[in-house]
Amino acid sequence: MKLAVCISHVPDTATKITIGADGKSIDTTGVNYIIGPYDEYAIEAALRLKEKMTGEVVVISLGGDAHKESLRKALAMGADKAVLLKDASPRDSFSVARAVADYLKEFSPDITFFGKQAVDYDNSAVGLMVAEMLGLPSAAVVVKFEVKDGSLLAEREIEGGHEVVEVKLPAVLTMQKGEYEPRYPSLKGIMAAKSKPIEERQPSASSPKVEILSMLKPPPKPAGKIVGTDASAVPELVRLLHEEAKVI
Amino acid sequence: MKILVFAEQRDNKFKKPAFEAVRAARTIADEWGGNVVALVLGSNVSSIAPELGGYGATKVLTVEDARLGLYSSTAYAKIVAEVARNQQPDAVFIPATAMGKDLAPRVAVKLDAGLVADCTALKLEEGELRATRPVYAGKALIEVRALAPVNIYTLRPNVFTAGASSGTTAPVEGVNVTLDEADFLSVVKEVKQSSAKLDVAEADIVVTGGRGLKGPENFAMIEGLAAALGGAVGASRAVVDAGWRPHDEQVGQTGKTVSPSLYIAVAVSGAIQHLAGMSSSKYIVAINKDKDAPIFQVASYGIVGDAFEVVPALTAEVQKLLGKGSS
Repeated sequence: MKLAVCISHVPDTATKITIGADGKSIDTTGVNYIIGPYDEYAIEAALRLKEKMTGEVVVISLGGDAHKESLRKALAMGADKAVLLKDASPRDSFSVARAVADYLKEFSPDITFFGKQAVDYDNSAVGLMVAEMLGLPSAAVVVKFEVKDGSLLAEREIEGGHEVVEVKLPAVLTMQKGEYEPRYPSLKGIMAAKSKPIEERQPSASSPKVEILSMLKPPPKPAGKIVGTDASAVPELVRLLHEEAKVI
Repeated sequence: MKILVFAEQRDNKFKKPAFEAVRAARTIADEWGGNVVALVLGSNVSSIAPELGGYGATKVLTVEDARLGLYSSTAYAKIVAEVARNQQPDAVFIPATAMGKDLAPRVAVKLDAGLVADCTALKLEEGELRATRPVYAGKALIEVRALAPVNIYTLRPNVFTAGASSGTTAPVEGVNVTLDEADFLSVVKEVKQSSAKLDVAEADIVVTGGRGLKGPENFAMIEGLAAALGGAVGASRAVVDAGWRPHDEQVGQTGKTVSPSLYIAVAVSGAIQHLAGMSSSKYIVAINKDKDAPIFQVASYGIVGDAFEVVPALTAEVQKLLGKGSS
């Protein structure tokens, strides 16, 4: 099977966000970048499928040279090949999806994996846009799946439960935390990754459809009230919730 | 000016975010001077469709087909795009639910539209729609304008107010869209309801337990408080990773983002990833032994104390107030 995994290279989820000088993006000074946490589930899912059915896993990322760090880590986890669609300029979801879809057209994987969302802009859009651009079916927010005779059965998270979706291959999956706890790269994997190729490609260009006008911090929460230090504070807490906040 | 709203239903019942999206569209349309056209897809939805008038829909379009009873991203996207092409709206509103988030990117591609996902505020400025949406899991907000002739906005559930229905019914018009086998490349075979009655992302009150509860057995206390309040049980990441609770209860950056009216965090320290997922809740109560726990920084009310003493007392007090029996 030909398996593709599209990964993002994003600020660590523990990052404290400060707004950059342009007022439209974050200040990246001192920010530690990682593979998106959901993208790690996607890598793990692809690797397990390859181990079960044989095949090739190609990881793809769109961005500047810094993304090579995350691609290298994916190779160390066990991916066979990496492709950097090299363009460091900011793009909206549509424009990222267009470039990724254009690349995938020539590679035509059986399954293309994404994380359910990139944890920077949280759009949850690129994977599904790519599916639509390629005319492929998809299942999003998948916690587990099984491949069977030219189709797959995926379980995806919805409000109050799960949906079991049958999807014909080739297909796109966007992954959620679930069955695929990502492995740590082994020492052998890290060594092997050094000799694996990272191919650089010029991604196709397209004009954005969304413009960011400004970025700001959420309004600060008004200082809270410590009601007490033990169970004796409970009646007062309930009174506040009932009479002041009016939420119960 | 016209706004087309995808009004999500499951089991022939509208989801609350559908009412919220219709009402939000009405608010914008009133200011702009225009109509709100709602679109309902399903197997037998013409009987529920008129209700949307009560939330501000001018007209409701229905597309009915036995195969639309359960969601199919490919078929639903085809229909929404086709209706949008015929209706020529200025904007399409879709609830940012599991279904809406799955549908919107596909519709955007079909219509060559801009997609503004997970909006938490919408306003008219300089004659165009401006949206505010959270980024970095809510650690920052961006103000966005979409640039295409028609644009799609998904609306975060529980943020826009649906209000009560005015009781007005809207005229309903059936629309035919030809569907063939090739439109059903992905189909939902089954919906598995989780054992919890109420989903943490949909609940108006959430009671979350953290690592400080020491073991899964102590979540009975959290369930008891949630039941007394008519709320849902949430869990911190540490608790889910330890296998005490299922992942669909996880609140935070690798779990669900919630914004209930009342969020009670019990023995949750408040890691930055957790705060990102719940700090937009309207009122936050923190119960934690550690007075320096970061959760107190976002709490409206706090009790610095032992959860094992405070929570049972709180459950009893709530039951006394609300007159509910023990659960």
